[in-house]
Amino acid sequence: MAEYLLEMRNISKSFPSVKALDGVSLKIRAGSVHALMGENGAGKSTLMKCLFGIYAADEGEILLEGRRVSFKNSKEALENGVAMVHQELNQALKRSVSDNLWLGRYPTALGFITRERVMRERTLEIFKDLEIDVDPDTIMSRMSVSERQMVEIAKAVSYDSKIIVLDEPTSSLNDREVEHLFRIIEKLKARGCGIIYISHKMEEILKISDDVSVMRDGKHVATERASELTMDRIIKLMVGRELKERFPQKNNEIGEVVLEVEDLTTRYAPIRDVSFKLHSGEIVGVAGLGGAGRTELLESIFGMCEKKSGRMRLRGKEIRNDSPREAKKNGFALLTEERRANGIFGILDITDNTVISGLSKYRSGGVFLNERKMKKDTEWSIKSMRIKTPSRSTKIRTLSGGNQQKVILGRWLLTEPEILLLDEPTRGIDVGAKYEIYQLIIKLAEEGKCVMMVSSEMPELLGVCDRILVMSGGRLSGELDASEATQEKIMELASRFA
Amino acid sequence: MSNSENKISKWEPKNRFMAFKQSSPDEKRRAIKEFFINNLLYILLLAAIVGIQIYDSRFLSLSSIVNIISLSAANLPIALGIAGCIILTGTDLSAGRIVGLTACIAASLLQASGYANKMFPSLPTLPIWAVFALIIAIGALVGFINGFCTAKFKLHPFIVTLATQLITYGVLLIYLMQGTNNGQSISGLDPKYTDFITGNMFKLGGVAIPNYIFYAIGITAVMWFIWNKTAFGKNMFAVGSNPEAANVSGVSVTRTIILVFVLAGIMYGITGFIEAARIGSNSAATGLNYELDAIAACVIGGVSFVGGIGRIRGVILGVVLLRIIFVGLTFLGIDSNMQYVIKGIIILVACAIDMRKYLVRK
Repeated sequence: MAEYLLEMRNISKSFPSVKALDGVSLKIRAGSVHALMGENGAGKSTLMKCLFGIYAADEGEILLEGRRVSFKNSKEALENGVAMVHQELNQALKRSVSDNLWLGRYPTALGFITRERVMRERTLEIFKDLEIDVDPDTIMSRMSVSERQMVEIAKAVSYDSKIIVLDEPTSSLNDREVEHLFRIIEKLKARGCGIIYISHKMEEILKISDDVSVMRDGKHVATERASELTMDRIIKLMVGRELKERFPQKNNEIGEVVLEVEDLTTRYAPIRDVSFKLHSGEIVGVAGLGGAGRTELLESIFGMCEKKSGRMRLRGKEIRNDSPREAKKNGFALLTEERRANGIFGILDITDNTVISGLSKYRSGGVFLNERKMKKDTEWSIKSMRIKTPSRSTKIRTLSGGNQQKVILGRWLLTEPEILLLDEPTRGIDVGAKYEIYQLIIKLAEEGKCVMMVSSEMPELLGVCDRILVMSGGRLSGELDASEATQEKIMELASRFA
Repeated sequence: MSNSENKISKWEPKNRFMAFKQSSPDEKRRAIKEFFINNLLYILLLAAIVGIQIYDSRFLSLSSIVNIISLSAANLPIALGIAGCIILTGTDLSAGRIVGLTACIAASLLQASGYANKMFPSLPTLPIWAVFALIIAIGALVGFINGFCTAKFKLHPFIVTLATQLITYGVLLIYLMQGTNNGQSISGLDPKYTDFITGNMFKLGGVAIPNYIFYAIGITAVMWFIWNKTAFGKNMFAVGSNPEAANVSGVSVTRTIILVFVLAGIMYGITGFIEAARIGSNSAATGLNYELDAIAACVIGGVSFVGGIGRIRGVILGVVLLRIIFVGLTFLGIDSNMQYVIKGIIILVACAIDMRKYLVRK
């Protein structure tokens, strides 16, 4: 038996313009959780793609249980016990749980007739083992993201995987679901599996992992025992410099009431009787567990969810916001949670992505769009948001998550909004870029705008916001001043109606 | 995870009814409205049947019903074939022309030996099974070309089948110029062949039940088995739902797509084989626009262009509903030009209602 379950030795990979990986080594012990950290673009996903044969490494070798391997595709890796649970779950949503679990290797009779009962029984067996409480006949699209993720992990287990890569597994889970995931990870560890855990969340990594490897600019920086690491040390390793503070200083002044929301209730979404006020120059956080209705609250303010009852007043004047168009006219802006799904226009360039929310502004002579003005505004946005891009005609999907988010922020600022609704503004963004987003948010508040920000990361809410609204089961369960709020107090309120 | 159970149990009829009883008058009104919109098609159909029956009492006579069923049976195989293509988020525009080509080839090879205008005068009497096998092979071949181009060249089936539709039609026209035919309709079929298809073993209340109804039932049973009980069927739905997920799981997406189109081609061949004998006189117009009726039937029956969704019983329902409407319109004496308009409206309404199911309400 080899000392390490999986060994990646001196892996290098170059693309025409960059050296993406430069002699990276990674050693995974059996029965351990090995966290892989690094800023976006550090080479984590390239390294994983080399492992799964999506890229062929230029140099280096991979040893699985001491045996040299080189997988041609993820199916082959899976059959050899190396599985990956992707951040964006790749599943046939219209099919059932067991259909998804056994996809590509249905148990059959005579080679072509599927054996439903066998499938169901084997599924239940695996689920029981992992304490997953899901009916194998449920259609995937009816389930929550966390349940779907459990199914994906169960699939890895069903292949008898020895190495399981989890890519940002908790990015859309609430605390209770994270705990369940961690219980499953412990079980896998006990079986002798090696888990490669990719995440940006440091609290989590320090809690669950045994070893931590940090990558920066395509190079392996360090591998250390998690028990000997601190958050500050990880940050230092990741960015190569010491980030003195995780959150910037703020000097925003809270002014008069701008928006009053009274007894807001939605027809289809779960929002019930929500009332609150927003002041100018204020950053208000919205905390809560997944499914508490935080996103839906922002969406109903912005006119994306049908309202059933309730009133909204903007500077004392009654408004309705029945559609996003109307909300935009009233000076609202919404940064959506799912950046790729409803934030960016991936194949369009930065200019198009910047001006899309205010095209009427650029009309000259009623029909044609004024190129020069669009260029000027885009360049303003690139400069003031500090967007790192080769040019303003770069396709937005080639930018990193942080830079995409900045483009969208710039887009909304060009509509000169009074109230900014930000839904998970730093999701999937690396530490350095997060700091810059915080700076932008604080700057907006200092300019007197109202900011309402939903986040699942409590330290972020505590570090950036002035006031925190806590939601639970579609209702407002409490309100905390950021200076006196703690994670415990927020959790207590968040589970009030859950 | 008890959450998921709540979600499911909410959909049980009993609980839904309880929830309905407890809701406010405003919500009740909405719920009733929803119910009407979601079932509009069936409500309209029922009203139409009742209306037509009052107008002309022969509409629901035994012979009329058998007529509707036999016309449906003739169109069922092509619809079952096309449904597979739609489940893959594709379509098949070549279906009708493949029916035409296979029908004409079948007819030309199975003309009665004594018939004066035989297309190939020196052709001996061929066994029916041999011609049937040839027809299946031709359908499968065109289906293979469709599937191969779709899967290998990553072309949208709309484009591929638009091209093969033209090619098939061209081949059909060339074929009709062969032998002594010179582009004429092909008739004078071997009675053994027409008996095999349109003859009857059973009579119901004095009304003959043509054999091809039973063939259609058999084919439907086989297709149901393929869709629901085989690994290939499951792969077809998985590929239609998320080709990337299927690929990562080791399903050969290419092979699945090709097989779906080959199977569809075979279904068109069978339709052609039945059509040739049913019509008796086959020309280049045989099969024209059959694919449009088949697609309409699938959509009405809930086979969704969203992909990965569809059931055999939906296809059957769609085919029968569409046929009832056509026959009904004829009974009402509505002129055939107007029938096109009505058909178009029905397809629009059906698709709009279908799409409502997949919209997420906010």
